[in-house]
Amino acid sequence: MARMTMIKAINSALDVLMEKDETVCSFGEDAGYFGGVFGCTEGLQEKYGLNRVFDAPINESAIIAMAIGMASNGLRPVAEIQFADYIFPGFDQIISELSRIRYRTAGAFTMPVTIRTPCGGGIYGGQTHSMSPEAFFTHIPGIRVVMPSNPHDAKGMLIASVECDDPVIFFEPKRLYNGPFDGDPHKPALAWSSHEKGEVPKGHYTVDINKAEIVRGGSELTILAYGTMVHVAKESARLAGVDAEVIDLRTLIPYDMQTIAKSVNKTGRCVVLHEAPRTSGFGAELIAQIQEDCFYALEAPIIRVTGWDTPYPHAHEWAYFPGQERVMRAIKQVLEN
Amino acid sequence: MSEKKSKSKNTSSKSARAKSVNPEQILSFYREMLLIRRFEEKSGQLYGQGLIAGFCHLYIGQEAVVVGMQSAIGEGDQVITGYRDHGHMLALGMEARGVMAELTGREGGYSKGKGGSMHMFSTEKNFYGGHGIVGAQVALGTGLAFANAYRKNDRVCLAYFGDGASNQGQVYESFNMAKLWNLPVVYVIENNQYAMGTSIARSSSETQLHRRGASFGIPGFEVDGMDVLAVHAAGIKAVKHARAGKGPIILEMKTYRYRGHSMSDPAKYRSREEVDAVRKQSDPIQMLKAKIMDEKIAGEAELKAIDKEIRAQVSDAADFAVDSPEPDPSELLSDVLV
Ligand SMILES: Cc1ncc(C[n+]2csc(CCOP(=O)(O)OP(=O)(O)O)c2C)c(N)n1
Ligand SMILES: [Mg+2]
Repeated sequence: MARMTMIKAINSALDVLMEKDETVCSFGEDAGYFGGVFGCTEGLQEKYGLNRVFDAPINESAIIAMAIGMASNGLRPVAEIQFADYIFPGFDQIISELSRIRYRTAGAFTMPVTIRTPCGGGIYGGQTHSMSPEAFFTHIPGIRVVMPSNPHDAKGMLIASVECDDPVIFFEPKRLYNGPFDGDPHKPALAWSSHEKGEVPKGHYTVDINKAEIVRGGSELTILAYGTMVHVAKESARLAGVDAEVIDLRTLIPYDMQTIAKSVNKTGRCVVLHEAPRTSGFGAELIAQIQEDCFYALEAPIIRVTGWDTPYPHAHEWAYFPGQERVMRAIKQVLEN
Repeated sequence: MSEKKSKSKNTSSKSARAKSVNPEQILSFYREMLLIRRFEEKSGQLYGQGLIAGFCHLYIGQEAVVVGMQSAIGEGDQVITGYRDHGHMLALGMEARGVMAELTGREGGYSKGKGGSMHMFSTEKNFYGGHGIVGAQVALGTGLAFANAYRKNDRVCLAYFGDGASNQGQVYESFNMAKLWNLPVVYVIENNQYAMGTSIARSSSETQLHRRGASFGIPGFEVDGMDVLAVHAAGIKAVKHARAGKGPIILEMKTYRYRGHSMSDPAKYRSREEVDAVRKQSDPIQMLKAKIMDEKIAGEAELKAIDKEIRAQVSDAADFAVDSPEPDPSELLSDVLV
């Protein structure tokens, strides 16, 4: 065991994977020689050679399409898209090819492609470096969508994703790379070294990419969150002084409805959080399913706290980001209803 | 201009250049390049003080490219570029105050704080951004040129992009359409040899980027992008070509960025010596200054006065950018749908 950042945990996962299986290779823009703009692939090219860890030109479309070809022909590629905001040149490849090849070939081919990509705000990235585009991908049948919220899960989930024969979009909340972030930008930055989930086992292990995790037990209401919002949820619940159950979804597709329904049936109240814009966000899917499965247990309308239905602005980052104040207001509202 | 000629490096000889540029123009090139340099230095300082946040890409080292090209276009011609855009805006005559205030995310910024360093526009100056998505501006600029041809307005679009951007697929889709319809667009490739931490050799099979239009029948020329007069001369020819209805043309500007890719770049992909050598040997401002002194276009005192004036302009812009209030939060919700 060692305490490490999410960056180091991801690096360690890739290291373990490449050590174990020579069909695993990793590539992306600045991800070879330079080691990635956030350092996630640092040292890997030196260790595994140019053939297995390499730089791609600025070609998101072909990066993703190449990965599909590589996977069809015996490799297990991990492609990095430098920021989730840049994944869209490859969106067609994801929808039209990646997600459908297994179905289209009646199972003759599997698609062990993992696309790693940093997402989310909180780093003053503005319109083109802050997006949380996960909902687009949850609408495409045939791909898994995951987003860890801490180093321990990041490593275990990345290993599970790469070893899985389905395509996986692996979102990395970049605000969490170096430490947990509870939504208060005025506090000094926290480090993973003082967080229990910064504790990362050495070597190979997996975290099930079909299972949510209850990160705080409670009985008054359920808060559903993933990525950075998990930490905001926990801190907001603590500040609000309520007995909230906080669930870290970890995996969006396929989402763990069993864990969610069990909790909502128990608490009867639910708040759903995401950084992404509200309309047609992943919260909409969760709420639709909850009302189908838990309708008679619900004591109050379910409330979403999300980003605004606008591009991510450069100014007023913290007015856009669904921070503690907005989450606490929703908690109060759902309890008073 | 034919593809073959591109083997002789620059498009014009020194003597030809000297004739077409008068002393006032040379001094104005000096002034504009210096404005960009000082502006960027100040931006770097404000960033260091935490007054500018997020991504901020400085143009230091590449000043000759925009200043030379700007002198080759006319009223109503359009300019579009990527995220390393401060120099382009200043060269177009956009207000230093408004640019700086966008960097600080204030109401007085060109995009009222919504856009930041990478996303600014000016309809008045025909500046079409400022784009954070690498390569997008090439296709957008081709569309601007299409509208020019459609409207028969005799205008030309300059679409600037980097060596890294030159690998994006949409660049080639654009090249094809631009030549197919002979659109009035000048593709200005700012080859500063690096795309973030990746050198051109590590990402490009054909590193002579002016050849990238060959298979589409688009002529291309390599230009010393550190020499504002060479850029000016090449720009004049290229713009003339595009305006004459001969279709797109590529200028590959060999240039260099002195600073990191953005403010958070550890710069471990190139050596200090490499950067210092360029600074010493081919700094566009120092080279022009030497010429000005040599040819007695102006004396030391006059150049000092220009520098002083520019420093005052830049510090005024910085004061404005820091004093301008934050946009009203309600502003965040506007301008999404009409
Ligand atoms: C579609 C897309 N992919 C990747 C990026 C990330 N990125 C921003 S700048 C850059 C390098 C571009 O280099 P170049 O075109 O040479 O321009 P320079 O920075 O040298 O001016 C990269 C990879 C992006 N902004 N958009
Ligand atoms: Mg470059």
